[in-house]
Amino acid sequence: MASSATTAAPARPQRRASFVQRFFSGDSLSYALTFLAAAVLIAITALLVYELWSRSALSREKFGFHFLVTSTWNPVTENFGALPFIFGTVVTSALALLIAVPFGVGAAIFLAELAPPKLSDGMTFLIELLAAVPSVIFGLIGIFVLVPALLVVVPPIKDALGDHAPFFFSGPFYGVSILAAGVVLSIMIAPFIISVSREVLLAVPKDLREAALALGATRWETTWQVVVPHARRGIMGSIFLALARSLGETMAVTMVVGNNPHIVTSLLASGYSIAAVIANEFAEASGMQSSALIELGLVLFVLTIALNGAARLLILATGAKGASR
Amino acid sequence: MKRFTTALAMVLTLAGAASAQTLINGAGATFPGPMYSKWFSEYKKLHNNIQINYTANGSGAGIKGVTDGTLDFGGSDAIMDDGQLKEFRDKQGVGVLAFPTVMGAVVLTYHVAGVSGDLKLTPDAVAGIYLGKITKWNDPALVKANPGVNLPKSDIVVVHRSDSSGTSFVFTDYLAKVSPEWKTKVGAKAAVDWPVGLGGKNSDGVAGLVQQQANSIGYVELIFAVQNKMTYASIQNPAGAFVKPSLESVTAAAAAAAKTIPDDFRISITNAPGKDSYPISTFTWLLIPEKIKDPAKQKAIVDFLTWMLKDGQAMAAPLTYSPLPKEVVDKEVKAIAKIK
Repeated sequence: MASSATTAAPARPQRRASFVQRFFSGDSLSYALTFLAAAVLIAITALLVYELWSRSALSREKFGFHFLVTSTWNPVTENFGALPFIFGTVVTSALALLIAVPFGVGAAIFLAELAPPKLSDGMTFLIELLAAVPSVIFGLIGIFVLVPALLVVVPPIKDALGDHAPFFFSGPFYGVSILAAGVVLSIMIAPFIISVSREVLLAVPKDLREAALALGATRWETTWQVVVPHARRGIMGSIFLALARSLGETMAVTMVVGNNPHIVTSLLASGYSIAAVIANEFAEASGMQSSALIELGLVLFVLTIALNGAARLLILATGAKGASR
Repeated sequence: MKRFTTALAMVLTLAGAASAQTLINGAGATFPGPMYSKWFSEYKKLHNNIQINYTANGSGAGIKGVTDGTLDFGGSDAIMDDGQLKEFRDKQGVGVLAFPTVMGAVVLTYHVAGVSGDLKLTPDAVAGIYLGKITKWNDPALVKANPGVNLPKSDIVVVHRSDSSGTSFVFTDYLAKVSPEWKTKVGAKAAVDWPVGLGGKNSDGVAGLVQQQANSIGYVELIFAVQNKMTYASIQNPAGAFVKPSLESVTAAAAAAAKTIPDDFRISITNAPGKDSYPISTFTWLLIPEKIKDPAKQKAIVDFLTWMLKDGQAMAAPLTYSPLPKEVVDKEVKAIAKIK
């Protein structure tokens, strides 16, 4: 037995060593590991969709597509529709973007292009800290600081407008409102826009700036007409990251939005969002209500995918325009 | 082989340790959470080998857990309806028993400029406000019940719970009893389609909104209002008397309803008769399966219930829970024998 082992030995270990060597040399191993990492995430996403789909069966069978266009939410009669929540989610997020994008992009341009490096680094650090604050803290700030502040600021504006107030700025105001939710969300998402946009602006090649300056452009002209257009895709990317965050935000929204499951036309009225109603009602729900809440989760998932898809198309479109110029 | 025997010995030792220590798991209603923590820790001091755990995660979770068999017992502020009882029987093959433990009340808290004293509300006024029919503080229905109180002519800001909760169940159950319109239009459940008002998350959220908004009204548990020194209204009961919520007036409601309590204790005591009864009172229940397979657990649960009804009740008042009236305790002691 010992003799046969010595004769066979030289060939086999050599072949094995070469395979092991090749495997551990990097390419195959890194391929396997990174593939595994990607596959796990995709599997989790697929499982999530499957669970949402199968557990919402009760509600999907009963309401069908009417679920998306019905604006009743009545746990007693078990009649459920998603429209007020879809509406609230989209409106609060849109309002948040409307406020956060000019501020965020403006701040990023200042920090990347105009501010002295020391100031820029210090401020960036503080802004990134803001991104790490838990959302319940933003909710508390919303309740105890923002809402009382809005109660002081908004009524005089309303009085000044009088009968000329537009429909989205009318009706009684109690502080907790779609407006308050939009403002809190904008504070939460601005750090994402600022810190990602700043990185993108800093990554614009130096040659471009120098070329523009050499052609006689001022510093602002260089920034606005050369650097920002070049970084446009990245800035768009940061905005959509922020949008995704605001769509799914739960705690902070439910604390200031007023939790009113009806469609309202005024920003001053209280509304609701998909994530907020799930957080509010899921613990005590059973049967049809629980199924309808899970279907709402599915709707939020689809809404996020749809908006992300739209975002990608928009980036493609603006990218093509930039190239043709 | 030797390793295997060692492992087997270890498993047996662990199993032995576990059987000496009886572990009972429960979860459910948040309202009696502090009371149950106190009882279970006191009981553990008396019986070191019995460990009872309780997670306060909502009445719905308590009902679901005990129905699915993942819990030894559940806690609930809402009575199980016929559908839920049937589901329990289908899944577990036996029935479920409900034991009232302590009592609580829902109070109407308000923040109205110039009204510091005791606001009096009739059932019609409460229902009218929450239906959105009474919209001003100087509505005749409110003025008539509060002679001498200077009620402002401002709009009423109505506040309710936005999350599903036993508190909302008790409150809407009361409204459905006193107002036929509420019964048909809204109904009674842990979460309903509120006709008007702002939604606050949890009792804190409701309390925060009521404090912040001038001329507002909301509802919270009595304990929460007492602990946070909130002002709350007297409510007119079916006997016509305006009763301030208190530990005594809540117990009085249960005593008044005692004669009508069925053997399974499934009764809502909102709008109870008797001139001392506070009308928005409720029991909170422990839900226990009729048959418990593990004899050690069965004995522990029976012993605990007996102790809770005898010695445990005295611990309720210091924690601002209303103890059960004697009539109910006597009835429950008899019912414990049903746990097999």
